[in-house]
Amino acid sequence: MATKKKIKVLVTKVGLDGHDRGAKVVSSLLKEAGMEVIYLGMFQRPEGIVKAAIDEDVDVIGLSYLSGEHLIFTPKIVEEMKKNSVDDVLLLAGGTFPAEDIPTMEEMGIDKVFRAGSLTASIVDYIKTNVEE
Amino acid sequence: MKKKLSTDEMVKRLLASDRRSAARLITLVENEMDDHHKVMSLVYPHTGKAMILGITGAGGAGKSTLTDHLIGKFREQGNKVGVVVVDPSSPFSGGAFLGDRIRLQSHSQDDGVYIRSMASRGYLGGLSRATYDVIRIMEAMGNEVVIVETLGAGQDEVDVIHIAHTCLVLVTPGMGDDIQAMKAGIMEIADIIVLNKADLDGADRSLRHLQGALTAGSFEEGEWMPRVVSTVSAASKPEDLQGIDELAATIAEHQAYLRKTRAIDQVKYNRVEQELGLIFKDELQKIIFKGLKGTGKKREYIESIIEQQDDPYSVVKEVLNTYLLTGE
Repeated sequence: MATKKKIKVLVTKVGLDGHDRGAKVVSSLLKEAGMEVIYLGMFQRPEGIVKAAIDEDVDVIGLSYLSGEHLIFTPKIVEEMKKNSVDDVLLLAGGTFPAEDIPTMEEMGIDKVFRAGSLTASIVDYIKTNVEE
Repeated sequence: MKKKLSTDEMVKRLLASDRRSAARLITLVENEMDDHHKVMSLVYPHTGKAMILGITGAGGAGKSTLTDHLIGKFREQGNKVGVVVVDPSSPFSGGAFLGDRIRLQSHSQDDGVYIRSMASRGYLGGLSRATYDVIRIMEAMGNEVVIVETLGAGQDEVDVIHIAHTCLVLVTPGMGDDIQAMKAGIMEIADIIVLNKADLDGADRSLRHLQGALTAGSFEEGEWMPRVVSTVSAASKPEDLQGIDELAATIAEHQAYLRKTRAIDQVKYNRVEQELGLIFKDELQKIIFKGLKGTGKKREYIESIIEQQDDPYSVVKEVLNTYLLTGE
């Protein structure tokens, strides 16, 4: 009678970016899709994010960006993950930033980028497909 | 896509305080995976030494903020601290929004603090059983103090708090008069009542009501009478915080009382008794449903009850006789 494992997602914002509406909306949508969302909030440091991800044994880290810090903080988080051998967690990023930055972000180590305007179903499906494989 | 170590290896690392193994083992136990019982058997000999502190109260009372301060106090005393924060799961989607870590950030860089969020879910063996197991894993990890924080809404969450050695119930001004405080329920489980946000209007009156309700109860000679401690756990300046030291001292006093009077033995006895009951209930149900599976009998029983040819008590008796007492 083993229950199916719940998907756990850490949603957070890094740096000084004080816009959390998007992160909260995405968190709610993931909750409604049956996932357990650990909401870490704003103003986080890469070290704290990765430590929380380890402690909570999450399947996914979701980063929300708006203030143009995505190319600065993404490599720092990726590096912190590598340092702690966190190599089995999906790293997603979403928010508002130029479309031409997406390839750079993916090169830096983001598994999938969802810009503002992405369909909920596309985020949920991506997580479900990639976590449960 | 998660990589796997053997259960034995993970337990070995847990005992060496490896937080990743602790995290993986908690996931395994939370999801009631195959090795769940084995893990708990391996972990059990390494538990029983930690101080377990329960914190409960309505949403917004300030539980997480206060917990954050208390973690600091326990760290100052040289203790490693594990924290389990339970938040509700959505009854509709099964998902959850776990937001307590936001207020538990003072120690986000401290390796002596391990925090785990837990959704209340619809645990097969009940929330309290899953929480017991998570607490044990935190004990085996080497945490001298384990804090359990829950909303305290509903019987299941009150059961969770029963495992705590010292239980804090948080209230805030304006939550009702002494008549509310005298009603049976959450107040009865408190060893320490924390009147948080004591800088708000009406705090003095609330304090009087709480103390009035407590003195209306009867206590035996030498028995612990719940204390009321007023606190302000959130302030823009550290010097505006109030009552945190007094609260830490009152917790220490309650711990000393438990040890001195041997009341701790009774707490532990009650805890194991309750846990055994839960496990029996769960395991018996599994045996019986396994026995009925594929026979079509479950449906027959249910239909005969709906059609009033039978009643639930007679059916349970018959099933127990068939699947249990015969040794199957």
